[in-house]
Amino acid sequence: MKGRPKIRDDDDMTEIGDLGDDSYVHGKTLVKPDDQLDLTEVELKEEFTRILTANNPHAPQNIVRFNFKERTYKQTSSVEQIAIHFALDGNMLHKDSDEARRQRAKAGMGESKSEAALSEAGEEEGGEGEDGEKEEVVEAPPPKKESLRNQFNFSERASQTFNNPYRERGTATEPPPRANFSSTANQWEIYDAYYEDLQKQEKAKDKTKQIPTYRKEDDKTKKKLVAMETASDDISRVTRAAKIVERMVNQNTFDDIAQDFSYFEDASDEFRDQEGTLLPLWKFSFDKAKRLAVTSICWNPKYVDMFVVGHGSYDFTKQGRGMLLFYTLKNPSHPEYIYSTESGVMCLDIHPIYQYLVCVGFYDGSVGVFNTQEKRPGPVYKSTAKSGKHTDPVWQVKWQKDDLDNNLNLYSVSSDGRVVSWTLVKDELIYADVIKLTVDDLPTEGPDGTQLQLLGCGTSFDFHKKIDYLFLVGTEEGKIHKCSKAYSSQFLDTIDAHHMAVDAVRWNPFHPDIFISCSADWTVKIWDHNYGNQAMFTFDLNSAVGDVAWAPFSSTVFAAVTADGKVHVFDLNINKYEALCEQSVVQKKKTKLTHIEFNPRHMIICVGDERGYVTSLKLSPNLRKVPKKKKGEENVGIDHEIEIAKLDKILSLVREPDNKE
Amino acid sequence: MSEVEETIKRIQSHKGVLGIIVVNSEGIPILTSLDNSTTVQYAGLIHQLTMKARSTVRDIDPQNDLTFLRLRSKKHEIMVAPDKEYLLIVIQNPSE
Repeated sequence: MKGRPKIRDDDDMTEIGDLGDDSYVHGKTLVKPDDQLDLTEVELKEEFTRILTANNPHAPQNIVRFNFKERTYKQTSSVEQIAIHFALDGNMLHKDSDEARRQRAKAGMGESKSEAALSEAGEEEGGEGEDGEKEEVVEAPPPKKESLRNQFNFSERASQTFNNPYRERGTATEPPPRANFSSTANQWEIYDAYYEDLQKQEKAKDKTKQIPTYRKEDDKTKKKLVAMETASDDISRVTRAAKIVERMVNQNTFDDIAQDFSYFEDASDEFRDQEGTLLPLWKFSFDKAKRLAVTSICWNPKYVDMFVVGHGSYDFTKQGRGMLLFYTLKNPSHPEYIYSTESGVMCLDIHPIYQYLVCVGFYDGSVGVFNTQEKRPGPVYKSTAKSGKHTDPVWQVKWQKDDLDNNLNLYSVSSDGRVVSWTLVKDELIYADVIKLTVDDLPTEGPDGTQLQLLGCGTSFDFHKKIDYLFLVGTEEGKIHKCSKAYSSQFLDTIDAHHMAVDAVRWNPFHPDIFISCSADWTVKIWDHNYGNQAMFTFDLNSAVGDVAWAPFSSTVFAAVTADGKVHVFDLNINKYEALCEQSVVQKKKTKLTHIEFNPRHMIICVGDERGYVTSLKLSPNLRKVPKKKKGEENVGIDHEIEIAKLDKILSLVREPDNKE
Repeated sequence: MSEVEETIKRIQSHKGVLGIIVVNSEGIPILTSLDNSTTVQYAGLIHQLTMKARSTVRDIDPQNDLTFLRLRSKKHEIMVAPDKEYLLIVIQNPSE
């Protein structure tokens, strides 16, 4: 045997076939290699146990990781022993899971659509679908078999229609005309729109009320009016604005006067004892009236900044035309209204209620009524020789209350000795003699033996404020007659007042018994009509007195103007014998002052002179003292009772010696 | 001569008045006593100011309306009186 292995070692490659036969037949002949261990029999019988573990022999046993916490390398205790040989993900779902349920639902609905698909599907799917179908049949009649759409049994069907070729068409139109419009919607524009609408509605109502036959006429007149309005596109519409601007310009020019008028109070009055002064304010004059004397002034009772001035001439030889001017304090440079008359204006009066009506007495004896609302250049009414005008100049006119027929009523007195009442009926003045101023009670004998009534010449009159029928007439003979409207032939009383003509007679605005009179005999006298024989007070002013006026704010204040150009202001409460103020207000010393009037509201007076100028003056504080009012009553107007009491007190001091006599 | 023309003449000849302009509702001057360029300038500017002033007054109370407007400057005073269709502007030097 040993020989053969040796041969085998040498001829391994070439003699395999030979050896092969032997080795092939005897494949399991044991051959002992040379380097085999020789073990003893004991050692050969030793049992070695082999343990079969599930440990992965390839898994590393000593993986070391760096532990940052302890900053050392540490051996991981246990290492994963699992070795994965093969992994395959399946797609089976649990039948109770959400996805399975969803699929079953889809399968149940879509089964009718795609039965073919179902048959193609695998056993599982088919089973599921059938199950789903069965379930649905059991529960309720199947709604619709929804086709299962999934990756396996969904087939897309699409078709394409023939697309028509596109063609483009266009047209161009003219753009519509555009206009830019902008407006604001303010509160006042809205208000205006509503207001206009309201006006239209009211007009529509009025139209429906009118009788239809008038409509045509209205339309015609309306058309005419419209045509006229558009034609006059010019300046005449600026009237109102022009007036306002003129006043503004004047206000600027006469700014200091306007300030004085409102605010200036003469402080030196405190040092002047009880005397006062008159501060000259505006001076009014009009070119065409410069040669005419101021014959009368009247303040407007309602619009207290307006006053009317009448121009004429007192000179018998120089008689010409006259003027009637309406001024306002707001525009001292030009009158508001101008009326030119043929005969001189001697007197005027503004109606207390209708302030646009002014009655005027002329030198030629006629009486006229002007209406400022109508744009006539002359009087609206005028008395003529036929209608009973006076034969001598009319010296005073006064409006009275409307009579029973609501006609306007005015009175006039003239040198022809008549006091006449005029009534405005429609277009005419109808006269009625109220009283004739007879000189003596007995008629005297004329040259033929006929009985003649000598008539005195009336120069002024005044009506009582409270007692309607009572009035006083002053005459050229110096007498004052107390008359009543009821008695036309007899006087109630006659007072021999002055030595010369009585220029003015006026009732006291507060006290019912007192009146004042002035005359060319240089005196001003205050009377109580109950005691007619003697005057209560007499004042000598050293010059012919042209006019006297009571103040509207106090029962004891009055002012008089004289021919030497002075204004005298008295306050009986303060000084019973002397004037508080004697002031010359004219530039040229020889100008006579003809009239004086107090403003109803403001503390100013207007003085007219024979040169045609009207000067306005402000009373200083000393001249306008009113009794102090109690604290709670300051806003109440002038208290008549207090005024009357004040005057009574003064009179009682004067009267007692009379009574004693 | 109409009353208005007389009034305007009087204003023009009043002491201290430098000029008078009448402007219509669109802001175009229709009557003036000043030269063209000044007139146009005044008319445009004052018209705008007056409209603004009027709008202010009426916004506060729609029943109220602007009566007039005075603008006093160092050199002179501009007075504006608005009307329904027209606007009257007067420039005056009040201290003369």
